[in-house]
Amino acid sequence: MLIARVVGEIVSTHKHPSHEGRSLLLVQPLNLDGSNRGDAVVALDAVGAGIGDRVLLATDGYSAMTSVGKLQAPIDMAVIGFIDTVDLVDGAA
Amino acid sequence: MYLGRVVGSVWATIKDDRLEGQRLLMVQPLTPELQPTGKRLICADWTGAGAGELVYWTRSQEASYAFLPREVPVDSTIVGIVDSINLRRE
Repeated sequence: MLIARVVGEIVSTHKHPSHEGRSLLLVQPLNLDGSNRGDAVVALDAVGAGIGDRVLLATDGYSAMTSVGKLQAPIDMAVIGFIDTVDLVDGAA
Repeated sequence: MYLGRVVGSVWATIKDDRLEGQRLLMVQPLTPELQPTGKRLICADWTGAGAGELVYWTRSQEASYAFLPREVPVDSTIVGIVDSINLRRE
Protein backbone atom coordinates (compact mmCIF):
# COMPACT_ATOMS: atom_id res chain seq x y z
CA MET A 1 0.00 0.00 0.00
CA LEU A 2 1.09 3.57 -0.55
CA ILE A 3 0.63 6.96 1.03
CA ALA A 4 -1.18 9.19 -1.46
CA ARG A 5 -3.06 12.45 -1.89
CA VAL A 6 -6.42 12.76 -3.62
CA VAL A 7 -5.89 15.42 -6.30
CA GLY A 8 -8.97 15.06 -8.44
CA GLU A 9 -12.09 13.24 -9.49
CA ILE A 10 -13.06 11.64 -12.77
CA VAL A 11 -16.52 11.76 -14.27
CA SER A 12 -17.34 8.72 -16.36
CA THR A 13 -20.84 7.74 -17.45
CA HIS A 14 -19.82 4.77 -19.57
CA LYS A 15 -17.78 2.48 -17.35
CA HIS A 16 -17.72 -1.09 -16.15
CA PRO A 17 -20.80 -1.81 -13.97
CA SER A 18 -18.58 -2.91 -11.09
CA HIS A 19 -17.42 0.73 -10.82
CA GLU A 20 -20.93 2.16 -10.46
CA GLY A 21 -21.81 3.88 -7.20
CA ARG A 22 -18.25 4.70 -6.16
CA SER A 23 -16.19 7.81 -6.75
CA LEU A 24 -13.36 7.53 -9.23
CA LEU A 25 -10.49 9.42 -7.65
CA LEU A 26 -7.28 10.74 -9.13
CA VAL A 27 -4.69 9.86 -6.51
CA GLN A 28 -1.08 11.00 -6.39
CA PRO A 29 1.26 8.56 -4.57
CA LEU A 30 3.68 10.35 -2.24
CA ASN A 31 7.15 9.85 -0.84
CA LEU A 32 7.69 10.24 2.90
CA ASP A 33 8.87 13.83 2.37
CA GLY A 34 5.59 14.65 0.63
CA SER A 35 7.04 14.80 -2.87
CA ASN A 36 5.33 12.99 -5.75
CA ARG A 37 6.14 9.32 -6.19
CA GLY A 38 5.55 8.64 -9.88
CA ASP A 39 2.39 9.59 -11.75
CA ALA A 40 -1.10 9.94 -10.36
CA VAL A 41 -3.39 6.94 -10.77
CA VAL A 42 -7.13 6.30 -10.88
CA ALA A 43 -8.60 4.51 -7.86
CA LEU A 44 -12.08 3.56 -6.69
CA ASP A 45 -13.08 5.08 -3.38
CA ALA A 46 -13.93 2.65 -0.57
CA VAL A 47 -14.03 5.10 2.34
CA GLY A 48 -15.59 8.41 1.24
CA ALA A 49 -12.37 10.30 0.49
CA GLY A 50 -12.31 13.65 -1.29
CA ILE A 51 -9.91 16.08 -2.92
CA GLY A 52 -7.07 17.09 -0.60
CA ASP A 53 -7.27 14.05 1.69
CA ARG A 54 -4.13 12.08 2.50
CA VAL A 55 -5.08 8.46 2.07
CA LEU A 56 -3.99 4.84 2.07
CA LEU A 57 -3.90 3.45 -1.47
CA ALA A 58 -4.14 -0.27 -2.23
CA THR A 59 -2.40 -1.05 -5.52
CA ASP A 60 -3.24 -4.72 -5.87
CA GLY A 61 -6.32 -6.23 -7.43
CA TYR A 62 -7.42 -8.56 -4.66
CA SER A 63 -7.20 -5.94 -1.93
CA ALA A 64 -8.83 -3.28 -4.09
CA MET A 65 -11.70 -5.58 -5.07
CA THR A 66 -12.23 -6.71 -1.49
CA SER A 67 -12.33 -3.15 -0.19
CA VAL A 68 -15.23 -2.20 -2.46
CA GLY A 69 -16.98 -5.54 -2.09
CA LYS A 70 -16.68 -6.53 -5.75
CA LEU A 71 -14.81 -9.75 -6.27
CA GLN A 72 -13.83 -10.78 -9.80
CA ALA A 73 -14.15 -7.20 -11.05
CA PRO A 74 -11.68 -5.20 -13.14
CA ILE A 75 -10.44 -3.07 -10.22
CA ASP A 76 -6.73 -2.80 -9.45
CA MET A 77 -6.54 0.22 -7.16
CA ALA A 78 -8.67 1.57 -4.33
CA VAL A 79 -8.52 4.19 -1.61
CA ILE A 80 -8.97 2.14 1.55
CA GLY A 81 -8.29 4.55 4.41
CA PHE A 82 -7.41 8.03 5.66
CA ILE A 83 -3.92 8.62 7.02
CA ASP A 84 -3.84 10.73 10.17
CA THR A 85 -0.17 10.51 11.08
CA VAL A 86 2.97 8.62 10.11
CA ASP A 87 5.53 7.99 12.86
CA LEU A 88 9.07 7.01 11.90
CA VAL A 89 12.00 5.89 13.99
CA ASP A 90 14.95 8.30 13.94
CA GLY A 91 16.79 8.26 10.63
CA ALA A 92 14.15 6.26 8.74
CA ALA A 93 13.06 9.16 6.55
CA MET B 1 -6.31 2.16 -12.87
CA TYR B 2 -4.61 4.67 -15.16
CA LEU B 3 -5.59 7.51 -17.46
CA GLY B 4 -4.88 7.13 -21.16
CA ARG B 5 -5.79 8.15 -24.66
CA VAL B 6 -6.63 5.81 -27.52
CA VAL B 7 -4.04 6.44 -30.22
CA GLY B 8 -4.62 3.50 -32.54
CA SER B 9 -5.86 -0.01 -33.00
CA VAL B 10 -4.17 -3.36 -33.44
CA TRP B 11 -5.24 -6.18 -35.72
CA ALA B 12 -4.14 -9.76 -35.26
CA THR B 13 -5.53 -12.49 -37.50
CA ILE B 14 -3.81 -15.45 -35.88
CA LYS B 15 -4.37 -15.35 -32.14
CA ASP B 16 -5.72 -17.22 -29.14
CA ASP B 17 -9.28 -18.38 -29.89
CA ARG B 18 -10.59 -16.55 -26.84
CA LEU B 19 -9.44 -13.25 -28.37
CA GLU B 20 -11.81 -13.73 -31.30
CA GLY B 21 -13.88 -10.58 -31.81
CA GLN B 22 -11.92 -8.76 -29.13
CA ARG B 23 -11.03 -5.15 -29.92
CA LEU B 24 -7.39 -4.32 -29.22
CA LEU B 25 -6.46 -0.65 -28.95
CA MET B 26 -3.16 1.20 -28.64
CA VAL B 27 -3.19 3.41 -25.55
CA GLN B 28 -0.88 6.23 -24.50
CA PRO B 29 -0.82 6.58 -20.69
CA LEU B 30 -1.40 10.16 -19.51
CA THR B 31 -0.86 12.27 -16.41
CA PRO B 32 -3.92 14.05 -14.94
CA GLU B 33 -2.67 17.14 -16.83
CA LEU B 34 -3.09 14.99 -19.98
CA GLN B 35 0.62 14.90 -20.74
CA PRO B 36 1.92 11.59 -22.16
CA THR B 37 3.81 9.52 -19.61
CA GLY B 38 5.52 6.20 -20.16
CA LYS B 39 5.30 3.96 -23.17
CA ARG B 40 2.29 3.06 -25.24
CA LEU B 41 0.67 -0.31 -24.71
CA ILE B 42 -2.08 -2.50 -26.14
CA CYS B 43 -5.31 -2.75 -24.19
CA ALA B 44 -8.35 -4.91 -24.74
CA ASP B 45 -11.44 -2.72 -24.90
CA TRP B 46 -14.55 -3.23 -22.80
CA THR B 47 -16.10 0.17 -23.59
CA GLY B 48 -16.24 0.60 -27.35
CA ALA B 49 -13.90 3.59 -27.18
CA GLY B 50 -12.82 5.27 -30.41
CA ALA B 51 -9.64 6.89 -31.66
CA GLY B 52 -8.57 9.92 -29.65
CA GLU B 53 -10.89 9.18 -26.77
CA LEU B 54 -9.86 9.76 -23.15
CA VAL B 55 -10.22 6.54 -21.17
CA TYR B 56 -9.11 4.78 -18.03
CA TRP B 57 -7.70 1.28 -18.04
CA THR B 58 -6.82 -1.43 -15.60
CA ARG B 59 -3.89 -3.82 -15.61
CA SER B 60 -2.93 -7.32 -14.50
CA GLN B 61 -5.24 -10.28 -13.95
CA GLU B 62 -8.08 -7.95 -13.02
CA ALA B 63 -8.07 -6.69 -16.60
CA SER B 64 -9.43 -10.02 -17.80
CA TYR B 65 -12.27 -9.92 -15.22
CA ALA B 66 -13.99 -7.19 -17.25
CA PHE B 67 -15.14 -9.83 -19.71
CA LEU B 68 -16.38 -12.49 -17.29
CA PRO B 69 -17.95 -15.01 -17.69
CA ARG B 70 -15.85 -15.06 -20.88
CA GLU B 71 -12.26 -15.89 -20.02
CA VAL B 72 -10.12 -13.65 -22.17
CA PRO B 73 -6.33 -13.85 -21.92
CA VAL B 74 -5.49 -10.14 -21.63
CA ASP B 75 -3.53 -8.18 -19.03
CA SER B 76 -4.71 -4.62 -19.71
CA THR B 77 -8.25 -3.48 -20.46
CA ILE B 78 -9.99 -0.16 -21.05
CA VAL B 79 -12.84 -0.16 -18.50
CA GLY B 80 -14.27 3.37 -18.75
CA ILE B 81 -14.56 6.44 -20.96
CA VAL B 82 -13.61 9.68 -19.21
CA ASP B 83 -16.15 12.49 -19.64
CA SER B 84 -14.32 15.07 -17.55
CA ILE B 85 -11.60 15.51 -14.95
CA ASN B 86 -11.86 17.75 -11.93
CA LEU B 87 -8.23 18.32 -10.95
CA ARG B 88 -7.16 20.41 -7.95
CA ARG B 89 -3.50 20.09 -7.10
CA GLU B 90 -2.25 22.32 -4.30
